[in-house]
Amino acid sequence: MIGTGISVNSITARRRHPLARFAVVALALGLLGGGYAVAAPNGSSADAAIASGKADDVAQGKSLFVAHCASCHGLNAEGSGKAPTLVGVGAAAVDFQVSSGRMPAADAGPQAPRKPLADWVTPQAIKDLAAYVQSLGGGPTVPSAEQVDPAKGDPAKGGELFRANCIQCHNFVGAGGALTYGKYAPPLNPATPTQIYEAMITGPQAMPVFNDSTITPEQKRDMIAYITHVRSQVDPGGSGLGRIGPVTEGLVAWIAGISLLILAAIWITAKKRRAKA
Amino acid sequence: MNTPPKAIADTSTFLDDRLGAGRFLKRNLRKVFPDHWSFLLGEIALYSFIILLLTGTFLTLWFKPSMGEVTYSGSYQPLVGVRMSEAYASALNISFDVRGGLLIRQIHHWAALLFVAGMTVHMLRVFFTGAYRKPRELNWLIGVGLLTLALLEGLTGYSLPDDLLSGAGLRITEGVMMAIPIVGTYITFFLFGGEYPGHDVISRFFTIHILLIPGILLALISAHMILMWVQKHTQMPGTGRAETNVVGAPFYPAFMAKAGAFFLFTFAVIALLGTFAQINPIWLFGPYTPADISAGSQPDFYMGFLEGALRLMPSWEINFWGHTVALSVLIPALVPMGIIMTGLALYPFAEQWITGDRREHHIADRPRNNPHRTAIGISGIAFYGILWLLGANDEISANFKVSLYSTTIFGRFAIFIGPAIAYLIAYRICIGLQRKDAEVLSHGVESGVIKRMPNGEYIEVHTPAAQDIADHMRGKELIPVIESGVDGEGIPPKSARTALGRLRAKMSEAYGTDRVPFDGDGHAHDAGHHEEEHAAVGSGGDHKQLH
Repeated sequence: MIGTGISVNSITARRRHPLARFAVVALALGLLGGGYAVAAPNGSSADAAIASGKADDVAQGKSLFVAHCASCHGLNAEGSGKAPTLVGVGAAAVDFQVSSGRMPAADAGPQAPRKPLADWVTPQAIKDLAAYVQSLGGGPTVPSAEQVDPAKGDPAKGGELFRANCIQCHNFVGAGGALTYGKYAPPLNPATPTQIYEAMITGPQAMPVFNDSTITPEQKRDMIAYITHVRSQVDPGGSGLGRIGPVTEGLVAWIAGISLLILAAIWITAKKRRAKA
Repeated sequence: MNTPPKAIADTSTFLDDRLGAGRFLKRNLRKVFPDHWSFLLGEIALYSFIILLLTGTFLTLWFKPSMGEVTYSGSYQPLVGVRMSEAYASALNISFDVRGGLLIRQIHHWAALLFVAGMTVHMLRVFFTGAYRKPRELNWLIGVGLLTLALLEGLTGYSLPDDLLSGAGLRITEGVMMAIPIVGTYITFFLFGGEYPGHDVISRFFTIHILLIPGILLALISAHMILMWVQKHTQMPGTGRAETNVVGAPFYPAFMAKAGAFFLFTFAVIALLGTFAQINPIWLFGPYTPADISAGSQPDFYMGFLEGALRLMPSWEINFWGHTVALSVLIPALVPMGIIMTGLALYPFAEQWITGDRREHHIADRPRNNPHRTAIGISGIAFYGILWLLGANDEISANFKVSLYSTTIFGRFAIFIGPAIAYLIAYRICIGLQRKDAEVLSHGVESGVIKRMPNGEYIEVHTPAAQDIADHMRGKELIPVIESGVDGEGIPPKSARTALGRLRAKMSEAYGTDRVPFDGDGHAHDAGHHEEEHAAVGSGGDHKQLH
């Protein structure tokens, strides 16, 4: 090196540094993203309107719908090739799908999974959306707190209904199960009593509808009582092993049981009298 | 010389005069047992069986084997007021209202799983070391019978509580019986006392489970032990060990202490599982009604391979003179079980026929030294394992987010391809391990000492293998090959002239030919060179690759 500070050689050397290409990409992405964040429109106006309580639920719901749902369900919820119409699905369907994070859908897989809620999904936002969709063509409404109160249900009666109607897909404690073509019956453990009720009356995704003439509202409450009772129950026999039955039991018998006994056998026979050579 | 106290001397003389106990004990207490960890695997099953007998007796004190309908009023709240069979109600009662009942029930169930698992690993040990060879073929057959009975014992046992999950197993049992051509419906009506599920099956299974099968198991286990005692245990090859001796510790005191300790270990592991891991939570399943079924209904693990076979099978059925033959049930119920159990039972005799080996064997083979046998065994494990895995395909699908149909399609191919791949891999590993042995015997082991030669070359000093290891390796016994060679005039021997004879000769040659022979002093022929030292640098690194 000549020792004159920055030389052409040293710039070239930095340019050829193994990390240089990553630095360039990171810089480009940062500029692009930052630029978009500054220039893009944001939802602050809608939030401000909700906070001030000026807009009514339906109008507010429509603006949320247009922002978050219309790209698949159509500007007037008429449906598209990607998603069904929402006319007549009712507020209960909206509340179930949005409050469980299933909608807005992440991708077009066989089934929309439960996922953490986006920042804009507040109870008020769900209520507005539900009011808008309800206004389009009616449908099942969100149940009252009393309708889904587990304390008011009879878990024994609910258990019988649960075994007769739910466990063939959801498993005997609601741990979930597999269905055809990549679909599945999700575990019931994260579902709130309201979501369980709404799922029964709206039949989301692969689930059939259990309307009030099939299973009365009181019976639904009994089932909710059973589901919430069993899932909160401490397993009396030790670790529940995922509560999926003999599969994990067999794994434990082999991985813990037989392995421990083989280790014991090796230990016991490690010390032995040596034959004289 | 000390004389024993009068009380002891008189009692023992009394017994001695009448039973000849002293002479019997003197001879048998010093019986020598060889020592190897894998020889204890069968004891897992033996001790589990003892625990099963004891805990099972406890359970019978409260269990009511009746299908009469009662209304539950015990302390498990979510079932209070539900109508159920007396069997299920009494099983709930054992779990929640009998002191220590749940613990004993769980210990009983875990012991059952370890009983079958212990039998399985013991059987694999016997198979892979060739310990079933003459004179132990009959004991091997007893073992296969024990394993089959254990499956039946398990099936009848987990059906007894009459819960929803066990009912699913019962329904499959009914379906399999129905699928038997001609007599199926008659047998089903006979077992269930009429239309399924009837009112008799629980009490019948109870008698079978607590009396009939345990009685036969006890008799066969005794015969198994007596034969083992009389024929003596096999031993691994090693220093001072021969076909004519047994090297090890005497039964009293050394082996007895070890066996006693291992019983306590087995009991400890089962008690640990029974305490901390919940098994068969019948209260979660609910009472059995034929109309209900749960997702993720699986049998206990030892029935898993049959469950998998049923799940893999396409829905084939044929109509034969107006009678439907449900191949979709018959094939998975009978074929895998037939292949595994019949294959196990016939293997010692098939091997004798192929090798023409009629000698007695008391030294066990190391699995690597009979590569075809080991590969066949691994192939069987793969066959069983794939069926077993696919018995849980819905749980795999639900928990690992794989499409259910993909698992089925995968299984339908894997059940044929998997065992073949397993065979090839196991065979190559065996040959590789034999080469490693040959290398150790001919070149010794690396000492870690680098030496510089006068010409500047660096070499690593190799030292001969330790005596016991070398003896263990030299214990490799060649597998006999039947005479099939043509004589001087080009005429094959009489036995090899038929098609079957030619096949036998060919199989014998493939099965018995030694791929990695050692020469007289334990050096491998194909090792190429006999230097005691290896070049440590330069081309020496590649040099080792030649073996």
